Amino acid sequence: MPEVLKAPLVVEFPFTRSLGPVQSAFLTGLRERVVLGVRTGDDRTLVPPVEYDPVTAEELHDLVEVAATGTVTTWAWNHAPRRGQPLATPFAWVLVRLDGADTALLHALDAPGPDAVRTGMRVRIRWAEERTGAITDIACFEPHDGDPAELTGTTGEFADPVTGIVAPARLDYTYSPGRAQSAYIEALSTRRTVGERCPSCRKVYVPPRGACPTCGVPTAEQVEVGPRGTVTTFCIVNIKAKNLDIEVPYVYAHIALDGAGLALHGRISGIPYDQVRMGLRVEPVWTDGARYPDHYRPAGEPDADYDAYKELL
Amino acid sequence: MTREETPGVRDIAVVAFAQTDVLRTTDELSEVEMLMPVLHSVLDRTGLKTADIGFTCSGSSDYLAGRAFSFTLALDGVGAWPPISESHVETDGAWALYEAWTKLLTGDADTALVYSYGKSSPGSLRDVLTRQLDPYYVAPLWPDSVALAALQAQALIDAGEADESALAAIGTRSRRVATLNSHAQLRGTVPQGDYAVRPLRTGDCPPVGDGAAAVILAAGERARELCSRPAWIRGIDHRIEAHSLGVRDLTDSPSTRLAAEKAGVFERPVDTAELHAPFSAQEIVLRKALRLDDSVRVNLSGGALAANPMMAAGLIRIGEAAARIHRGESDRALGHATSGPCLQQNLVAVLEGDAR
Amino acid sequence: MSKEPVAVVGIGQTKHVAARRDVSIAGLVREAARRALDDAELTWADVDAVVIGKAPDFFEGVMMPELYLADALGAVGKPMLRVHTAGSVGGSTALVAAGLVAARVHGTVLTLAFEKQSESNAMWGLSLPVPFQQPLLAGAGGFFAPHVRAYMRRSGAPDSVGSLVAYKDRRNALKNPYAHLHEHDITLEKVQASPMLWDPIRYSETCPSSDGACAMVLTDRAGAARAPRPPAWMLGGAMRSEPTLFAGKDAVSPQAGKDCAADVYRQAGIGDPRRDIDAVEMYVPFSWYEPMWLENLGFADEGEGWKLTEAGATELDGDLPVNMSGGVLSTNPIGASGMIRFAEAALQVRGQAGEHQVERARRVLGHAYGGGSQFFSMWLVGARPPES
Repeated sequence: MPEVLKAPLVVEFPFTRSLGPVQSAFLTGLRERVVLGVRTGDDRTLVPPVEYDPVTAEELHDLVEVAATGTVTTWAWNHAPRRGQPLATPFAWVLVRLDGADTALLHALDAPGPDAVRTGMRVRIRWAEERTGAITDIACFEPHDGDPAELTGTTGEFADPVTGIVAPARLDYTYSPGRAQSAYIEALSTRRTVGERCPSCRKVYVPPRGACPTCGVPTAEQVEVGPRGTVTTFCIVNIKAKNLDIEVPYVYAHIALDGAGLALHGRISGIPYDQVRMGLRVEPVWTDGARYPDHYRPAGEPDADYDAYKELL
Repeated sequence: MTREETPGVRDIAVVAFAQTDVLRTTDELSEVEMLMPVLHSVLDRTGLKTADIGFTCSGSSDYLAGRAFSFTLALDGVGAWPPISESHVETDGAWALYEAWTKLLTGDADTALVYSYGKSSPGSLRDVLTRQLDPYYVAPLWPDSVALAALQAQALIDAGEADESALAAIGTRSRRVATLNSHAQLRGTVPQGDYAVRPLRTGDCPPVGDGAAAVILAAGERARELCSRPAWIRGIDHRIEAHSLGVRDLTDSPSTRLAAEKAGVFERPVDTAELHAPFSAQEIVLRKALRLDDSVRVNLSGGALAANPMMAAGLIRIGEAAARIHRGESDRALGHATSGPCLQQNLVAVLEGDAR
Repeated sequence: MSKEPVAVVGIGQTKHVAARRDVSIAGLVREAARRALDDAELTWADVDAVVIGKAPDFFEGVMMPELYLADALGAVGKPMLRVHTAGSVGGSTALVAAGLVAARVHGTVLTLAFEKQSESNAMWGLSLPVPFQQPLLAGAGGFFAPHVRAYMRRSGAPDSVGSLVAYKDRRNALKNPYAHLHEHDITLEKVQASPMLWDPIRYSETCPSSDGACAMVLTDRAGAARAPRPPAWMLGGAMRSEPTLFAGKDAVSPQAGKDCAADVYRQAGIGDPRRDIDAVEMYVPFSWYEPMWLENLGFADEGEGWKLTEAGATELDGDLPVNMSGGVLSTNPIGASGMIRFAEAALQVRGQAGEHQVERARRVLGHAYGGGSQFFSMWLVGARPPES
């Protein structure tokens, strides 16, 4: 059995998140070094302020200031910070009930070690030097020996409020296509297209996926198909994709390789795009170092009869 | 929701259960290649074929795979031809079982295939799960799943309901009993290890692994035809709590208690419970919410501390509980599944065997 | 034991737009849910369970967002179930919610589906680079365009049919205050002059990318009796799935779609859909899918669907109006698009569709599909309760 392939897969997006009024006020406040909570109908103050009451589901909007000092309600010592976390040196995760609040906020606490942290300890916000209106405007908490901090007396209305955040998110995966597709890709490296035959319905799957999707049984018997095939249907692509280095227009086609039970997808070239047609007979064109045929080109044969490929669209 | 509250409803049972061995990595297999043997196994146990099944429902997560619509290719393992009546939940398969149970209750189907799978090995699970959190206030801090569980464990310790040695005993017991479970990932003596995030040590945390599970449900007489001792679902219910950890009492699980009440857990004692407690401290929280005393055999499979394939581990709890009834080792068993940070969402099922 | 009849007593939508920059994700779903509850004159406390659906989590970058949305949807302390069946999810979600009522597990269920596409770019979510696969194209249009060409070849339909559908749906959208695209200066010539993106699909024949949510309150017979406005009654509902790609797949008229429709018609006692069904909200993300689905759903014989479109039968004042709301071509918050079809069907039989109301709409079909034309969900709703 050939070696199963593996490759890194990085899933990385910046998400642009609009906030709504309550979250906007809170994050704008952080930018201005002010902490806002929200009052509920039964006079609790929720910090961080949420848009909807977790108990009654009522919409909340009555913002009030709370202190930048508070009390740890529980904690956990993180000796090995991970990517993206608030501090790069060992720190405590803490839930902190700020003075004036009835609920707790999750953040990091900068402390010399676990022995310096306990539930009930007093802490205060350490503000980030550069603040943009995000939860990370709180750099972290730090130990605080004293009374609640003074309120700033803000009205909760700020000039130039933050209405959105950009949240980058990167996750790293190691992708493996599994046994069947690895074997298929391995064969491509010798410029052969090898599918797998279903032991039950006898159809040849290209590319193979390890299972016959209609019979729900494993496939294993390898069958070489092609190299020639028939264009069964296609479209002409006129928009350039951001991450795709193909000049437009080009033809994206379903190609039923001879012997295959269904069509695979490929690009047609070597013929003006507006002369590509259903039934066109094609053959692969390989380029050095590429895993897949670069494209398929006319094979110089008469077109296939519609009846010969109409089940393979 | 219990049968007693809804007169005239059909009796529905788990009639077969199968699971893969749970492994740290299965990178030689695609998802469908991992899943398919379990589907064959569970069908074989009943003699049913895909075409005999009235409804199919699955659970999985795109975020584990790192690909959108990942579940569509898993369907290849089912043999969905001719087309099948089918649905999918983006969460643990226990909720797929719940959806299938409601489908059978309507009478639209007499049998259901439920499956779920998760491959945690391709990504870094601790980081992936941060994407479940409030995207405005919490996710930007990347607090990982072990850290959140550690906050919960410390709250329990502060409340005087546990200490580190009590937590360690839970992991030790789980892996010891898992020696009898050939599918478990961690079995036997496993060192309690260093702190992962204090107060949790590696021994308090579930292994990260890949796996799949499948269950067949059947209604009424069909269940008796397919299984010599069906595990009748006497009640099943699930409840969710507020999302933010800062508004919850982390030492309690009111959603579990409420789901248990609605499922009829407290009407008569259970003899067996399979709890989906990925972290040791969570078993203490769940035992309290479910009022389980020492007379109840808890997690004889080893539970999530021995094998925790994401999206399948909850379904496996129900499957394990049912299998004990099938084998005559239990008469009334509880299966529990959880989802979300620090037990945010919980499902409870009560299963019973016919009197012997 | 017969099933409990299921009634739609509340419907709410957001005004669908390209980017709802004034609300959070929670704010968006809340708006639709609140409107559905207001329509039913119910409060959060009246809801027994919440069933929520959306398309891939990667679109908003929140894994299992129902966890974070529990508070906003009043689900705390209640059952909350999340459905994901690709593009059909909005329909499937409604059917799962209906199942809870039909099974008498719950009396009143809030169901909701959403997508906030402006949080990212749906194209990214759809075209995450998968190692070892050859990148060939981007966007769903390129995936579906070859199937459209196959349909044109099979049916002999003239090129103009696609633009007729787009022109009709965009004009219908002008009568729907919630629709995303309101192209007041639309003309058939403009549709036909718009650039070919994925030949044979033109720009004006494709769906937009929207932020939006749709919610419904479903309830049992007792709940319907208390409803302040006429309910829509579910007369039939079904889901069908087939594999993504397989030897012998008919991507033009998938068997799963035919089987799904047949099941719904059987439940609802529909003998001849063309005669017995008054209007259809079908999932048409690219205009050519209207004639294709007309055939798949049994409203026309194979190869004949385009003739209905060409003859004007599917216009708002035709004898089989299709996509009175403007359809997916005018509004596409992906995860919600299927539920909007179901909700618009219900609005019609309730007589609450406003300017795009079809007169004497007694039985209306809502249809959704997803994946590689492989997941189907449909329901038929009526102005009168099912006979039993």
